Amino acid sequence: MDKLKALARRKEMLSIAALVLLLLFNVFFTPGFFSLELKEGHFYGSLIDILKRGAPLMFMAIGMTFVIATGSTDISVGSVAAIAGAVAAQMIGGDFSAEAGSAAASLTPLPLAIAAALVVATLCGVWNGFLVSRLGIQALIATLMLQVAGRGIAQLITRGNVITMYYKPFFEFGTGYFLGFPICIYVVLAVALAAYLFSKKTSYGLFLESSGSNRSSSRYAGIKVQTMIWVAFAISGLMAGIAGVLIASEVKAADANTAGLNYELDAILAVVLGGNSMKGGRFSLPGSLIGALLVQALTTTIYMKGVPAQTILVFKASVVIIVGIIQTTDYKKLLGRFAKKQASGNFEVGK
Amino acid sequence: MPEEAVLLQMDNIDKMYPGVRALNKVSFTLRRGEIHSLCGENGAGKSTLIKILTGAEARDGGDVFLDGIPIFPRIPMDAQRLGISTVYQEVNLCPNLSVAENIFIGRQPRKNRWGIDWKKMNRLAEAAMARLNIRMDVADALGEYSVAIQQMVAIARAADTNAKVLVLDEPTSSLDTKEVRQLFHVMRTLKGQGMGIIFISHFIDQIYEITDRLTILRNGSFIDSGTIKELPRMSLISKMIGKDIAAGVSHKDGREDAQAEKKEFYSAKRLGKRGLISPVDMAVKYGEVLGFAGLLGCGRTETARLIFGIDRPDDAAIKVKGQRVRINSPADAIRCGIGFCPEDRKTDGIIANLTVRENIILALQGRYGMFRRIPFARQVEIANHYIKLLSIATPGCEQLAGNLSGGNQQKVILARWLTINPELLLLDEPTRGIDIGAKAEIMNIVVRLAAEGKAIVFISSELDEVVRCSDRVLVFRDRSLIGELKGEVNTRRIMETIAYSGQEEAGG
Repeated sequence: MDKLKALARRKEMLSIAALVLLLLFNVFFTPGFFSLELKEGHFYGSLIDILKRGAPLMFMAIGMTFVIATGSTDISVGSVAAIAGAVAAQMIGGDFSAEAGSAAASLTPLPLAIAAALVVATLCGVWNGFLVSRLGIQALIATLMLQVAGRGIAQLITRGNVITMYYKPFFEFGTGYFLGFPICIYVVLAVALAAYLFSKKTSYGLFLESSGSNRSSSRYAGIKVQTMIWVAFAISGLMAGIAGVLIASEVKAADANTAGLNYELDAILAVVLGGNSMKGGRFSLPGSLIGALLVQALTTTIYMKGVPAQTILVFKASVVIIVGIIQTTDYKKLLGRFAKKQASGNFEVGK
Repeated sequence: MPEEAVLLQMDNIDKMYPGVRALNKVSFTLRRGEIHSLCGENGAGKSTLIKILTGAEARDGGDVFLDGIPIFPRIPMDAQRLGISTVYQEVNLCPNLSVAENIFIGRQPRKNRWGIDWKKMNRLAEAAMARLNIRMDVADALGEYSVAIQQMVAIARAADTNAKVLVLDEPTSSLDTKEVRQLFHVMRTLKGQGMGIIFISHFIDQIYEITDRLTILRNGSFIDSGTIKELPRMSLISKMIGKDIAAGVSHKDGREDAQAEKKEFYSAKRLGKRGLISPVDMAVKYGEVLGFAGLLGCGRTETARLIFGIDRPDDAAIKVKGQRVRINSPADAIRCGIGFCPEDRKTDGIIANLTVRENIILALQGRYGMFRRIPFARQVEIANHYIKLLSIATPGCEQLAGNLSGGNQQKVILARWLTINPELLLLDEPTRGIDIGAKAEIMNIVVRLAAEGKAIVFISSELDEVVRCSDRVLVFRDRSLIGELKGEVNTRRIMETIAYSGQEEAGG
């Protein structure tokens, strides 16, 4: 019973409950939401769709979790994704005329192109981290620079063009299937597991939580708080890079203007929905992933209900407001009072 | 003194906070044209009394008379309207606005219904500053001037609202000597104009330089009041601290005999930082408890922070175990085997939303670094070991540290440092805000650690505790080291040193 209570008090519970509620809603009101079809050995359906479309967001949410745990935010992730996509596309090459149709080759070996994209994205994160941890610029402002400039950089890389790619192996990441499920889902799982192990099997998680909870105490305890923040931004850059490569692979092109657009807000939303406090400190990676799924499920549900796409932001905003209210201390107090009242109504109090 | 000279009279002021009696029938009288110091250590009730006077807090009992008329300020605005103005320690003005705007913010002279009469405002501001004998361009942004001038502007603003009473709360703490002169000059000018000034400062020299009379509070009670001549330094200090001069003898039984043979662990020459503390030469030996004594703000904490590398010393020659080292960050200090329990447990010590286990292993893990994680089972083992060793009262090592009582939190921080097995442990007010039982326990731990051969620096505002624990005491005053007491240390000698600059302490 105590274990159950402790489980119910875990911060991820709110997002899980919301996700379950949303799925329940779909059971009754969205016909065909849960149908899974097996076509040519691949599963198709809204659920698979949510996982697949939510993949870039989940990557970004992983990185954003670390950044938010330090009490900062990284609003450059969307632009960094665009840069990573542009680097990958530029190296793989988009010259259709030079090739004989669909059997186009890559200008650079594929692993090298992807590695280059991820290195560039990580460097973007290192830059952000430098601004925040070494120069002491507020995270919102520091990352705003790259958010704005990043798309310009991506355009410089692609020379202002939308680079369309024709090299098939690259598309596997975004569109391929393995054992009936999209490949990107496996990659999400693997990266999430790696991030989780990194936070738990090294002391990074502890240092991050202590730095985010109480900077001064952590410094006094000999923890290099600035370095921890720096690492968090680097991870966020790397994750945005993976997301950017995935997006490019999925749409088979690099568009500096639209790739990863507005993702930073969804990523922050996912992390907060996952029960993580914007003030920093304790964090939960599983929570953020569930938060990301919730955001994607909400988006998919709205589309499937035939709600005009323009109003989607209104729905997201409503969810944010509701969750925001639920997470405030005032609401928790109110809830606590309510629970107490119920207890005194149902049971004998005292002796 | 004729009756009409009394400007402000506070009679039998009572104030209760939940669980604490902050003020117990405190009386205070301020006369026209005098500078009156309000003296007391931490928790004496100075700030509560000021808050009641300025309407920031409501009083539970007692009367306040201004010019013989009872007043009931409910909010600071009320008090200001009545002529009671306050300048706080931190200048709370807007640095990006002009000097004139700062002086007249919220009450700018109007040209008509909509417009501000800028010319008139600047003219009035210039006049207000001129009254303090300061000529300046009042159209310049406030932030372009030094902190001292900003302070003057705050005073000008306060003095301009037809103030009768001016409260200056620690106005000199961020000023250098020259700027203090300037401030005192302004205070004397205002005093000459008949204003009553309440001056709060922890600099004893300044109190004796500028004030006419002083009132001493201790633990929320009125202790004494009188002119500077009636209250020489010695009796001021003993009244502030509340120790009978005769009392308080060292409780150690000949431990200091062994001091001579002990080896030096840490020594520093010219350890200081401009504006924080004047250079200090000091050394700590293995197995020795070195006490830092002095009043609030005397420089004892600042010195500890320099030793631990929280603030960077300007130019110091530091030796650890005879080797020259540089200590520029806490991590450096920890590498040298130094631990530090900070004065403010909540903001600098405990990490409230981590568990007791995580709090205890933090420094050790910090020393190991990110990639050599202490296995979980070992963490639990370490935490439980220290929970038992220091008898920390907690339901278990997975309890959030924020849920523990103050004394137990202090022990958790102590445990954090013991895990790295430090050779020098700096304890800044380790007994503050914890109950008597826990205090005695912590002091016993301190003595025990020294007996095990650790070097300890023990800082406390309770002279009794310093005397009881320490083998040797460094005495600080006004941000400098003024004396060292060896041998038979007692509270009387410490107080004499604080009072008389330490020239006469050699006799002992």
